[in-house]
Amino acid sequence: MAAPLTLLLIVAVTIRAVLFRSSLAELISARVEVVSPLNAWKRVVEGLALLDLGVSPYSGDVFHETPLMIYLFHFTVDYAEIVFIVSAYFFRKQKYALESDRYSADCLELLRSPKEMFYIPLKVAMFYLLNPFTILSCVAKSTCGLNNAIIALFIFCTLKGSALLSGILLALATYQSIYPLTLFAPALLFFLQRLYIPVNLRRSSFWFFTLQYAFMYVGSLVVITGLSFFLLGSWDFIPSVYGFIFSVPDLTPNIGLFWYFFAEMFEHFRLFFSCVFQINVFFYTIPLSIKLKEHPVFLIFMQIAIISIFKSYPTVGDVALYMAFLPAWSHLYRFLRNIFLVSCVLLACSALFPVLWHLWIYAGSANSNFYYAITLLFNFGQVKVFTTTWLTNCEWKNRWRNKVSLFINLY
Amino acid sequence: HTHLNYKLGLTLQNRTSEALTPAAAARDEFQEELVIRPLHSGDIYASFQFRTLWDTDFLQEGQKVSHYRLFPKSLGQVLSKFSVRELHISFTQGFWRTMQWGQPFIPSPPGAELWVWFHDTVSDVDGNWKELTNVLSGIFCASLNFIDLTNTVQPSASFKPLGLGNATDHRFLRYATLPREIVCTENLTPWKKLLPCGSKAGLAVLLKSEKLFHSSFHSQAVHIRPVCQDEQCTSKAWELRQTLNVVFDLYTAGQGKKEWSLFKMFSRTLTEACPLATSSKVYVDITDNPELSPATPLLSQAVVLGDRRTYSVYDLSRAETFGQLRSLNLLLRWKGDGEMLRPLLHAERYVAGFGLQTGEIHTVIYNNHPYRAFPVLLMDSVPWYLQLYIHTLTVTSKSRDNKPSYIHYQPAKDRHRPHLLEMLIQLPPHSMTEVTVQFERALLKWTEYTPDPNHGFYVGSSVVSALVPSMVAMNTNFTQDQPLFSSFVPVKEESSYFVRVYTEPLLVNLPTPDFSMPYNVICLTCTVVAVGYGSFYNLLTRTFQVDEPSLPLAKRLANLIRRIRGVPLLT
Repeated sequence: MAAPLTLLLIVAVTIRAVLFRSSLAELISARVEVVSPLNAWKRVVEGLALLDLGVSPYSGDVFHETPLMIYLFHFTVDYAEIVFIVSAYFFRKQKYALESDRYSADCLELLRSPKEMFYIPLKVAMFYLLNPFTILSCVAKSTCGLNNAIIALFIFCTLKGSALLSGILLALATYQSIYPLTLFAPALLFFLQRLYIPVNLRRSSFWFFTLQYAFMYVGSLVVITGLSFFLLGSWDFIPSVYGFIFSVPDLTPNIGLFWYFFAEMFEHFRLFFSCVFQINVFFYTIPLSIKLKEHPVFLIFMQIAIISIFKSYPTVGDVALYMAFLPAWSHLYRFLRNIFLVSCVLLACSALFPVLWHLWIYAGSANSNFYYAITLLFNFGQVKVFTTTWLTNCEWKNRWRNKVSLFINLY
Repeated sequence: HTHLNYKLGLTLQNRTSEALTPAAAARDEFQEELVIRPLHSGDIYASFQFRTLWDTDFLQEGQKVSHYRLFPKSLGQVLSKFSVRELHISFTQGFWRTMQWGQPFIPSPPGAELWVWFHDTVSDVDGNWKELTNVLSGIFCASLNFIDLTNTVQPSASFKPLGLGNATDHRFLRYATLPREIVCTENLTPWKKLLPCGSKAGLAVLLKSEKLFHSSFHSQAVHIRPVCQDEQCTSKAWELRQTLNVVFDLYTAGQGKKEWSLFKMFSRTLTEACPLATSSKVYVDITDNPELSPATPLLSQAVVLGDRRTYSVYDLSRAETFGQLRSLNLLLRWKGDGEMLRPLLHAERYVAGFGLQTGEIHTVIYNNHPYRAFPVLLMDSVPWYLQLYIHTLTVTSKSRDNKPSYIHYQPAKDRHRPHLLEMLIQLPPHSMTEVTVQFERALLKWTEYTPDPNHGFYVGSSVVSALVPSMVAMNTNFTQDQPLFSSFVPVKEESSYFVRVYTEPLLVNLPTPDFSMPYNVICLTCTVVAVGYGSFYNLLTRTFQVDEPSLPLAKRLANLIRRIRGVPLLT
């Protein structure tokens, strides 16, 4: 297992290094599909330049990264490329460990052959490292890669069973962008399952563990936020980072649904629609947790997919994150409906994004509606991908359960 | 003429002696002046200045000024209500071509420009500013109400007070410019009404709008500031200067001949001085020896903007100036083959790049002095929807990096305030300095676009202010009889003079959404969200059941029989 993994790692690093040094790097850093106002590298450099000039980076509307990010890059700005490749490596490592660990713990999936299971971690690593979306995101030095690495580390620690580390990493991920808050529920469910605590609201053991975990999470979040306050000496970063994520003032086009909607909205309804769109990300947590409480890893996948699609400034790096999970459910491939259609839609949209952008912005022969249409189709395709995966998962579980019960009945 | 005499006769009979004796304790005085300068390109430059000096204190507590004579009441009330220390407003149509025309007496950017120093007793400067712009908008019939916090800046070094004043806390300074503002007759008429004689007597009779707006450059301005009455500054007075600069084009107004007359320029001639004026003079620049008629014995020399020039003076308060016909029509003819003095400081600005996503602003500053280097202060105010990236700022002189010694940068806040960039750059002698900064264009909300969004958005002119070393010694003495055009900017030292150069305004296109689509976009986006929501709801509430395949009819009948017989059933 180590040899193919090492080979994969070498190939991935080579591709990234080659692209970093070529003239494509600058072109990719400017693409709106790959970078957003939240995680563009150009803005990080601008924030550092403002800090050097003696102006607070949050006094303008250019910089929306958290203070810890400033300090990380303050020292490593010359080695930024290395930082991003290292984070990709961590991610891959965590993914690999995640898969190998998960399937040793979750041994109920009897219908897969051991040979298949053996290759899943490699497939996951391949899906992430060689995914063109990830490569583009890394070459553009978008901080999305770092966020993905933190989430991957969080999943790894959760699966390894370390509640403290998992809480800290989840707090870090939430601190970076608010949305990973929803991953609290699946992590909690995983720990409860692992410790054999039944999810019963009347049992005190449930509440005891929940409070423990919540305390660790909230405590680390408070510590990290306090540290940021002391780093820059003001609370300016809160409206600049979190206020920016929630109120969506910047309407730069991206692959999400928010930008054109907020550009064309009637002013009277701005607050209403902002609330609706943001609630849309968070409110699937409780119903999904109730439905999928026996499958917390699948729940994590669903939550990450929801965040990637409905967040306010999505990029292809976020898409790559949940796509990397798909090989974990490779036993479903036989049953996925419309998979060919949906993958064709996603591929076609990915190809059309730069074309229609060029036609709108540079050639002037198309207008914003063309790019918006492709955005709609891409998001529709993404919604179909994970609802199909979920549907197939439900069907498969049901079918398997019935077959097992039939099996038991017959004997 | 007789009607005018009758109207002014009664008031003047008592005050004529006062107005014309210089040593009288006049509380207010009015001077008017016109400078005509032929330009090398064949165009002709006429600059009117009307100055009212008044010995009163608008900002004194408890004493309300109520008796206005020469000073316009509307402006006086504005000054006292908003505690204004200095007010400078200009309306300009056209762009001053420094390389062809030289330096203007009073520079102004295209469009409207307003900058105000408030008194330090003001507690809410922004509130006063907002009300002031609205009141001025009414006084001058201009759309100054478009000035709000999104295009107002507080320059820290570029706009120091031109009058008296020791406090220079730039929190009390506000600067705004509207490059899109158009100047027309509606703006000229209220401006003329502020003059003591209106447009009925004196030099203001020449201000006829059909000729004035048929020109390459037209700028009218009002400057109010506190000044010293004498050299020791024992008493202070308020000075109101109304200036009007106009350049008539050789071909469109001059029929291609370098031969100009007052009648050709203004379609009027001068008939008398304003009776309320203590001095009323016309200066004609004869340094390049044009032919001038009628002849006048009066000559004057002045050093203005680093150049010593000779002027013929026509004193309109003397009856013999008007000659037999009782009207003065100056006639000017020149060859224009001499060498024009190259302006020592000159600036240009343009936008580079293609597409609607990014761009670069290039400002080019020329130092034409052969051996002296001097520093200039460059001020740029860029609207918030062009996001500047200050880490891409480069300043190069003679293809080498030239780091500015002072940078004051205030980044923009979306929809709240614009970018402000001020830099002190040392210009090497005889060189070209290029300042480059990259920007990204933002997509705005559909209601934030103007009705003609594809015209583009204007970016106000950059301001380059400098103390330029002078080749000719400047006059630092304060004299009462100094011509108005040389006393506008206070001269502090002999070896340099203050110059302010405005660059071109920029016109940039922003990407636009489709304006006909708000309802469609809401529907389509909500459809995609609903597809997601619907699928989730479906999967969350759906239960799976194994569906027993239904047997065909024949098999069902067979099963019925088998049940009766007690034999295992068919599946």
